[in-house]
Amino acid sequence: MPALWIFIAVLVLAVLGFVLGRQRALAMVDGDSRHLHSLPNYYGFHVGIWALVPALLVLAVWLIVQPMLIDTSVQSMIPDTSYATDGELSLVMSDVRRVADGLDLAVERGALTVEEAATLDTGATDVRALLGNVGVAIGSDVQPEVLEAAQAYRASTATGNMARTVIVLLLALAGLGWALRRTAPNFRARNSVEKATLGLLIAAASIAILTTLGIVLSLIFNTIEFFKLYPASEFFFGTTWAPSFGGGSELGILPLFWGTFYISLIALAVAVPIGLFAAVYLSEYAGPKVRAVAKPMLEVLAGIPTIVYGLFALVTVGPMLVNVFGNEGALGLGWMSGGTAVMTAGLVMGIMLIPFVSSLSDDIINSVPQAMRDGSLGLGATKSETLKQVVLPAALPGIVGAVLLAASRAIGETMIVVMGAGAAARLSLNPFEAMTTVTAKIVSQLTGDADFASPEALVAFALGMTLFVITLGLNIFALYIVRKYREQYE
Amino acid sequence: MTDATVQPGAEGRPVKSGSLLEQDARTKRRNAAEARFKFYGMAAVGIGVIFLILLLVSIVRNGVPAFTQTFVTVPIYLPEDKLDKSGVRDPDVMRKVTTFGYAPLLDDALVTKLEDNGIEMPFAKPSKLRDMVSSSAAAQVRDTVLANPDLIGQTVDFKLLASSRVDGYMKGRVTRESLARDKNLDAEHLDIVDQLHELGTLERSFNWAFIFGSDASESRPEQAGLGVSMVGSLFMMIVVLVLSLPIGVAASIYLEEFAPKNRWTDLIEVNISNLAAVPSIVFGILGLAVFIQFAHLPMSAPLVGGLVLTLMTLPTIIISTRASLKAVPPSIRDAALGVGASKMQSVFHHVLPLAMPGILTGTILGLAQALGETAPLLLIGMVGFIASNMPDGVAAGFLSPNSAMPAQIYEWAKRADPAYYERAWGGIIILLVFLMTMNIIAILLRRRFERRW
Amino acid sequence: MYDSPKSETAVQHAIKIAANKVQVYYGDTHAIKDVDVRIEDKTVTAFIGPSGCGKSTFLRTLNRMNDTIDICRVEGEILLDGENIYDKRVDPVQLRAKVGMVFQKPNPFPKSIYDNIAYGPRIHGLAKTKADLDDIVEKSLRRGAIWNEVKDRLHAPGTGLSGGQQQRLCIARAVATEPEVLLMDEPCSALDPIATGQVEELIDELRESYSVVIVTHSMQQAARVSQKTAFFHLGNLVEFGETSQIFTNPKDPRTESYITGRIG
Repeated sequence: MPALWIFIAVLVLAVLGFVLGRQRALAMVDGDSRHLHSLPNYYGFHVGIWALVPALLVLAVWLIVQPMLIDTSVQSMIPDTSYATDGELSLVMSDVRRVADGLDLAVERGALTVEEAATLDTGATDVRALLGNVGVAIGSDVQPEVLEAAQAYRASTATGNMARTVIVLLLALAGLGWALRRTAPNFRARNSVEKATLGLLIAAASIAILTTLGIVLSLIFNTIEFFKLYPASEFFFGTTWAPSFGGGSELGILPLFWGTFYISLIALAVAVPIGLFAAVYLSEYAGPKVRAVAKPMLEVLAGIPTIVYGLFALVTVGPMLVNVFGNEGALGLGWMSGGTAVMTAGLVMGIMLIPFVSSLSDDIINSVPQAMRDGSLGLGATKSETLKQVVLPAALPGIVGAVLLAASRAIGETMIVVMGAGAAARLSLNPFEAMTTVTAKIVSQLTGDADFASPEALVAFALGMTLFVITLGLNIFALYIVRKYREQYE
Repeated sequence: MTDATVQPGAEGRPVKSGSLLEQDARTKRRNAAEARFKFYGMAAVGIGVIFLILLLVSIVRNGVPAFTQTFVTVPIYLPEDKLDKSGVRDPDVMRKVTTFGYAPLLDDALVTKLEDNGIEMPFAKPSKLRDMVSSSAAAQVRDTVLANPDLIGQTVDFKLLASSRVDGYMKGRVTRESLARDKNLDAEHLDIVDQLHELGTLERSFNWAFIFGSDASESRPEQAGLGVSMVGSLFMMIVVLVLSLPIGVAASIYLEEFAPKNRWTDLIEVNISNLAAVPSIVFGILGLAVFIQFAHLPMSAPLVGGLVLTLMTLPTIIISTRASLKAVPPSIRDAALGVGASKMQSVFHHVLPLAMPGILTGTILGLAQALGETAPLLLIGMVGFIASNMPDGVAAGFLSPNSAMPAQIYEWAKRADPAYYERAWGGIIILLVFLMTMNIIAILLRRRFERRW
Repeated sequence: MYDSPKSETAVQHAIKIAANKVQVYYGDTHAIKDVDVRIEDKTVTAFIGPSGCGKSTFLRTLNRMNDTIDICRVEGEILLDGENIYDKRVDPVQLRAKVGMVFQKPNPFPKSIYDNIAYGPRIHGLAKTKADLDDIVEKSLRRGAIWNEVKDRLHAPGTGLSGGQQQRLCIARAVATEPEVLLMDEPCSALDPIATGQVEELIDELRESYSVVIVTHSMQQAARVSQKTAFFHLGNLVEFGETSQIFTNPKDPRTESYITGRIG
């Protein structure tokens, strides 16, 4: 029985459990629900939960564990001689899986009987052609050990699935029966249901931790794989980035770091002064009418997806900058040869960050108590003197935190740099040259045709790890500063 | 009265000279500094607004042409001897004639069209004329014939898509000079185009296929549409909504109402606020490693995209949901507890319904954010894939490869043909219309149900 | 010359501030109605009345602090040494240098004690040299009766002082700009009785050089520190006169009710 059907069957059992539990509770008190400890529905829920939750938990664990177990056992069937590296092994394994799927499909379409599929051998049948007929394309002829492994794979999967169906359904029935037996007028069904609900709430809240764990684990495992193939010192201190899918790549992160840093710097140089002054103007000077118009307009900038900024950089800003700074540009400087450049990406990213900086600064400036302003104005200071000498210094830690958060945004931004910064990894000071960033390279290394086991693809995980660690550090530090700052005025 | 000001101040403090009615030099200087500062602020707001306008103008100017397309109306004779030799009008038999068999009909029709209208034929080979129409034109004729075999033997008016260069010429993107370096079309074609345009048989009209159609291969920008990827986005959003709303609400209720103050709770809180600031590309890596490499879910599937976007938007939704729960005053909880409800009952019967508008607003905004997100989708294979077919069922909608609106836009922007830039901008207009609608709904919801306690 | 309506004044000082038919509106609310008042130099004038009666609002009109509130509108005239402070030509910045203010809650800037005091003199350019500034700071702190407590830690943050010390620091800060009038908006309401006593003592000393206007909640405080008292009720100035007369022999029944605790 496929997992979906088991799931539905368990659901049906749970609903049945609800009805039975409710009826049984009511029957025990002759329909007078006042004699029950809890409302009748709670007895129903109690039975339903017992039918549902243990069975589904086992099903979920089974779904994860069974393929892992079968993989390991099938893997051991493949002789060491047929692969040299782990990468090749994983290719062989994916062949095995594909052949097994193909056989399933062939049986389903009636091209093979169940027995034939289990006893097929490469000598007697052209398995590749057979599978091709049912629409499963195999790259090369099927090796005998692959077919054997595939058959073993199918056999153990079939047994596993059978066991799964039986155990899960039995568990659901057992849960139902047990809960039904416990149903009694003085049974505290409500408390029991609420405990289960609380467990559910805790589980939902813990997903945040699971997500972080998932991120960290998937980065760490693949990064370790990468460092097995490529020395860590060359990755962190190499000054050349030249991946070649034929092997012999140089994968130094420094040029990518430099590009990331340079672009973020330009972005902040645009966003911080504009965002900060805009926040100051809107919160301290602008009349209600101006504020009502200008504030939402700036917020619109924040709601625009990054892909739009990417296209803006690529099609509008890049060529515009070339027209000014390019070889035949208005200034005749000849600094810029193509539209994609550090300046293009930095400028557009800066625009994107303006509302981010301004809304954070706005919050922070507003949390400086009015009494502070009154004190300064009462002494005869002008508004700008008050702002420059009292409000901004008081808000400084918060503003530093906001700038750090913006920096972390800039470092992690992907679409703008993929489309606006160029693809060449370069250590150069000229902001009108194309450079590339950590995020842009993560995309290009993982969207190419590289095999996941090659260092050229795995390097993306090491890049991701670096990016994650840096942005996490910045975020934690920034949030800490901002929180400390808030507490000061609470 | 004025003598008060000329009296020397007590204890020798300096006499305030001058009246309040005139500014002294220092005040003037300070006021100038004040005006300057204010001007900087205005300039900053102005620059922000100018950027916004520049962006919007850029989007509208570049994107609006994508919604119209140039069509040529040509009468085409459909000869029986070529299309259905058997004469039985059985579509299965007629299917044997491929699009290559239809191409000469187009050539003949175009030549006839020129002759009838007295337009000079500049080319030696009639097939050269076919460059003016989309390479999908033959397939279009074939599909029409297969759908309606009785048309054979007649001359039928077809409204054919013009090729992207002709379309570009009609929109002012392609000029005779630019064609000098272009092998796809010659300047002579444009002379014909001009004359056909005067005759009224070559016209730009609104192109529904751009909104509802499917993507096309790199060489046929005139045919590409956003429809299929829109469906992909829809399925992703269903996944996001179905998962993130209940999980987000459950997590928020726990953290806001039940969580004891301990390490575990602190850990969850720190995790949520940090996840909200993790770069979206990292969620793409997570999706690739966990859902595709580990769990062997299909690449490019909206289900995987939805899962990744769920994890990405969950922190945002939790943060806004907690804010709306916090806004429900404690007196409501106390009132429920006071009549003997359990804590769980007070939350689910009273607090949650009151917080619902706020939660929905936050969820819609979270969905809008997810709808526009591109980077993580790149890593799970939603780019480079040509979304040419509508999914044929709900299960296929979730599991078979598809694109999503922003991924499709990125894909178009990557293709070198400038005609695809226009489509990318057009796609952005559609995407922004969706985002705007969602934001407006959120704002209306907030206005309608906003409650001051 | 503006004649004081009360002719039995014991010692006649020059009139510093004269308010004529002052109206204040907050949006549509008429917060201050038709107030006429004469405030004398070298005198402590107390504004008393139940909360919400407009006494603080009126105080803030005297140095145009109300300008910072968008919806607030002032009509009528307020003359400082004969010049209308609501005249278009008047710069509120210059005005506030002459009419200083101390607020309800002590609000030292998050700077050092020295910088707190030096802030006013610096923006108004009162000191030519560093020595001048040091001098002003010392003099102001002495006048604020806090010099002995802080002279050893002038560069410690002002926010680290106790509440009473902070309030005296704020008074010293206001004094440092050499104002002619000092407005105090319930300066002791956030302080404990001992700190209150110290601040009241200070107010009494300040009377020798300034015209002091104090808004207070406490009738006892008004009786202790002021020579003149104005009683506000629902935006009206009900009664104005010698403090001793207001407290012992109020002319208006409303004043009497308030003083005897029947309205409040």
